[in-house]
Amino acid sequence: MYDCVVIGAGVVGAMTARELSKYNLKICIVDKENDVAMGATKANSAIVHAGFDAKEGSLKARLNVQGSKMMEQVAADLGVKYINNGSLVIGFNDEDKKTIAELYERGKNNGVENLEIVDKKRLHEIEPNVSGNAVCALYAPTGSIICPYELTIAAVGNAMDNGAELKLNFPVEKIDVIDGGYEVVSGREKVEARMVINAAGLYSDKIAAMVGDESFTVHPRRGEYILLDKDAGTLVNRTIFRTPSKMGKGILVSPTVDGNLLTGPTSEDMDCYEKGNKDTTAGGFGKIIKEAMENVDGVQFRKTITSFCGLRAVGSTGDFIITSPKQGFVNAAGIESPGLSASPAIAQYIAEMLKEQGYEFEENKDFNPKRAPMHHFREASIEEKNEIIKKDKSFGRIICRCETVTEGEILQAIRTNPKPTDLDGVKRRTRAQMGRCQGGFCMPYIVNLLAKEMNVPVEAVTKCGGKSVVNFSKTKEVGAND
Amino acid sequence: MTDLVIIGGGPAGMSAAVAAYESGIRDILILERDDSLGGILKQCIHNGFGLHKFGEELTGPEYAWKYEQRVHELGIEYKLNTMVLSVSPDKVITATNTEDGIFTVEAKAIILAMGCRERSKGALNIAGSRPAGIFSAGTAQKFVNMEGYMPGKEVVILGSGDIGLIMARRMTLEGAKVKAVCELMPYSGGLARNIEQCLNDFDIPLRLSHTVVQIHGKERLEGVTIAKVDERRQPIAETREFIPCDTLLLSVGLIPENELSLGAGIDLDPVTNGPVVDQDRQTCIEGIYSCGNVLHVHDLVDYVSEEAEIAGKSAAEYISGMSGEKTNITLKTDGKIRYTVPSKITSKKDVKVYFRVADVYRNVKINVLSGGEVIFSKKKPKVAPGEMETVMLKKDMLENVSELSFELEVM
Repeated sequence: MYDCVVIGAGVVGAMTARELSKYNLKICIVDKENDVAMGATKANSAIVHAGFDAKEGSLKARLNVQGSKMMEQVAADLGVKYINNGSLVIGFNDEDKKTIAELYERGKNNGVENLEIVDKKRLHEIEPNVSGNAVCALYAPTGSIICPYELTIAAVGNAMDNGAELKLNFPVEKIDVIDGGYEVVSGREKVEARMVINAAGLYSDKIAAMVGDESFTVHPRRGEYILLDKDAGTLVNRTIFRTPSKMGKGILVSPTVDGNLLTGPTSEDMDCYEKGNKDTTAGGFGKIIKEAMENVDGVQFRKTITSFCGLRAVGSTGDFIITSPKQGFVNAAGIESPGLSASPAIAQYIAEMLKEQGYEFEENKDFNPKRAPMHHFREASIEEKNEIIKKDKSFGRIICRCETVTEGEILQAIRTNPKPTDLDGVKRRTRAQMGRCQGGFCMPYIVNLLAKEMNVPVEAVTKCGGKSVVNFSKTKEVGAND
Repeated sequence: MTDLVIIGGGPAGMSAAVAAYESGIRDILILERDDSLGGILKQCIHNGFGLHKFGEELTGPEYAWKYEQRVHELGIEYKLNTMVLSVSPDKVITATNTEDGIFTVEAKAIILAMGCRERSKGALNIAGSRPAGIFSAGTAQKFVNMEGYMPGKEVVILGSGDIGLIMARRMTLEGAKVKAVCELMPYSGGLARNIEQCLNDFDIPLRLSHTVVQIHGKERLEGVTIAKVDERRQPIAETREFIPCDTLLLSVGLIPENELSLGAGIDLDPVTNGPVVDQDRQTCIEGIYSCGNVLHVHDLVDYVSEEAEIAGKSAAEYISGMSGEKTNITLKTDGKIRYTVPSKITSKKDVKVYFRVADVYRNVKINVLSGGEVIFSKKKPKVAPGEMETVMLKKDMLENVSELSFELEVM
């Protein structure tokens, strides 16, 4: 029997598992997908919010401010890129000015440090490419950017280094109360644990219902994004938000930690039952392009390298739903924005809840908070690189030209926990296939590397698990089996 | 210090190396990122290469082999599996491979011959999901011809560029069903002979003025929705049509790979996306030359070789300190002609000017004007964006000229 099973390997599940691995607990993380970080964590704005958005006194406000203060250290420990670039909420009219003044007050009440309202002149001094029509802004120097799936992969990896186990392709179908805990069932497989953390994102209402908790629901809010190439990435230094209005938060323009320019998201509430629709739409593209260009001058959408859609898990209460409906069972549900920012604080909050329920949390003296960064080679000096190449020649061979990723880095990623088993998994860990040619040149090489490392036929290699095979057969075999 | 470093060992790089050698340069180094010379020709196993250059129809590997043999015979040095990471304006090249690690080479002259890449699906903003089964045509070509795997059974192709047309035939020959080739424009961007031999001969429908508007399927592609487009290239909703398929190949344009050129501070032409060059294929940095698909996308490899010979010979003359009689002529175009290579003439000699047109035009006159006067004219029954055109300017036509205007007169 495990001490704890964490359902969902998104950022909340990952950070919680890592937090719990600081104690002598036997932990198992389960997820229904072929990799970690596959839900809302995979596709969002990648922002560590300062904390002026959420209503005073809410769990969102408290955990956001607390989490964003912790994030820099967490990122450093996990070897994850984190850039404190600051953020601006820009306003275009008197109504926006009023809202910005409210946000300023709310931020101060929430405990956000160094907030400042800047006038038009100062705004354009610090961000010359912000639209000339903008008249003022709220400047939050503590706003930061991070890569959410890099953080999650690293947190799961670090939890595993400290003893946690990971079971992928494990969609939870049933949870039974057993003597001293719970039995979590997926098909013929089951895991038993004294404690269960429900961090199942969009599906956390379903998981809660499995133990009889029907106090909340979660519905998806679609958000589409367009990502531009690195030569468009220096247009702005800070994350540029539009002043929120009745029409929503609007489209942001932000650099990413890897130097691209991210624009989006749209915001479209979907029915509770439509939890799989991650299609991008022509209407979404139109809205992003129009609004991004209203906010920032010179956004070059002809430098688009990809577009995608994420689903935010919106809870029915308006706040984060971190509750314990039963002894040993904790929900971490409705973790929409600022969930990424709050995630380190959510993890601690959950650990405290369980401690208060009387479970023994004995410190793990061997806990190692550090994880070697995966981007170390890319950012090393030439001398350091040559030292590495001398020891392992595969670091001298470039596989992905656009992002200059070496064979050594790809092999290292394939061999490091949590191990990727498909092309997208390699992409998220190494950035190979993530550049301007989107894998046009390197994908066949990576298919071969994966097949060899996993000891499977080339035809078995998939883009993202399941039936997403890249090749159907060897040539001359098409039709032979039909 | 190396006399001449050539970045890229494809048809352009090899041809430039041979020409430089034949012009007297011995200290030449080719840096090639792949594991053999030949570039993209290695995966182009169809025939049709070399008609202009050798008067015979060769396959891609055969055409490449002719140059590779010369490189071997002449003892020209090359490094394989070697990726150039940067080129500095003072001609220091930084590269990496498994044997040397990261190393630098200082060169007297450099020829940029890195080729081009395919535009990806990501750049198109097609609505829908992101399943497996969407490939650029060249990637699929590599899987089929080099790796020996079939990436598709039921195929739709978007874009009628030459690689798309070639792959329509190739996938059919390998047993796949190609259901349609959709082309956004009202004409194909590919060679006329490829439409005939790759589509018509196999009854593959070419849907002109059509595009893919939606991608379906969660894990592997399950189908695409296509639609006809209006004159403004906007999809017409009533014409939406679902085609079940497991594979979508994209042949939607080639982009010269000029990241290294940009890093060196070389000016690019916004129309070609390649360096601005003179008649010698010299870029704005003295001693750095450019040729092949990194300079502008070619239709025939024969023209690539021809252009690379000019670059190789010119680089050799530069290294030897030879220079001709100077001039300064700007070449302008009228929009119907999209661009010319070269776009400036700095030395008085015979110059062959290559260009492409913006649309399909019939019964045209190609006029070259200086100071409002036509100094050269030639008639063509038809010109099309997919096919490169040329004009030969004789040295004596360049006397007292400061600007040449290339115009297309539709009769």
